[in-house]
Amino acid sequence: MHVDAEAVRKSVRTYMMIGAALLAFTAITVAANLLHLPVPAAITLALVIATIKASMVAAVFMHLNHEKQWVYGALILTVAFFIVLMSVPFLTVTDTFGTHLTGPVAGHGVTAGAPPDEHAGH
Amino acid sequence: MNIPYTVETRPDTGLTNGKLGIWLFLASEVMLFGALFSTYIILRTGAPVWPHGELSIPLGAINTVILISSSVTMVMAWASLKLNDWAKHRLYLILTFVLAAVFLVNKYFEYSEHLTHGEGPWHSTFLAIYFTLTGLHGLHIVGGMIVMAYFIGPGAKLWKRNPEQFANRIEYTGLYWHFVDLVWIFLFPVLYLL
Repeated sequence: MHVDAEAVRKSVRTYMMIGAALLAFTAITVAANLLHLPVPAAITLALVIATIKASMVAAVFMHLNHEKQWVYGALILTVAFFIVLMSVPFLTVTDTFGTHLTGPVAGHGVTAGAPPDEHAGH
Repeated sequence: MNIPYTVETRPDTGLTNGKLGIWLFLASEVMLFGALFSTYIILRTGAPVWPHGELSIPLGAINTVILISSSVTMVMAWASLKLNDWAKHRLYLILTFVLAAVFLVNKYFEYSEHLTHGEGPWHSTFLAIYFTLTGLHGLHIVGGMIVMAYFIGPGAKLWKRNPEQFANRIEYTGLYWHFVDLVWIFLFPVLYLL
């Protein structure tokens, strides 16, 4: 594909704007960390922001917003396998389904078992 | 014998061989880093306690800014070639190389901070996955720098002989570099913030 010089000239401003947006989202990510959200919310927010940033890099810098079908096809196949790969950890904890899990606290993992006895020691 | 379809596109795919090749390579890289991220998830969900505050968030944030900036300079290095501005291309490509080097210097300080206290990958599960993920990412940075050094140095001669083929090679280098940046976009929050 031969890219038109005029189209590239128009894209330069877009590249700069996307670069600025990426830096802004980085600042938002760090600022969000200072909110000390509950772990599930913190993970969700961080990954949503990261996905937005990654999408901007892929669409604009990597020119995915106007690529050919073969590239899209290769990437769709990759995404399908990637989803399977990231689902594997989920499958390792299926044996804890139905057991009581204490809510995750920042700095501590999730533990399975009976809920804590609130009256213990009183 | 000339390698075909380095400038003209293949009639079946509509792409040059190099463009399809680099995308297929990046697809394999997605699986490589995906496997390590998947490992991180398994290790973290299986750990009773996960450490916080072991990594310097300011240093990680600075490195994120450095890599994002290097992505901008890399795409500008390609765009400058399409606009036939050789001087600007050289400036942006060298700038990208320098930013990559600064990233690695920061990484050196980060690693040595831990290692001088005996906190290597053997020290804890967290540090094991941290050194593995960032170490592999760092090796990819080095690989990108080697390619950039080639195009700053002896590889630049191709611009005079076949400018469009040279521009395509810079584009493929850019695609690889943006992927390296993309991985760090996920690595930073996952390791430093969460």
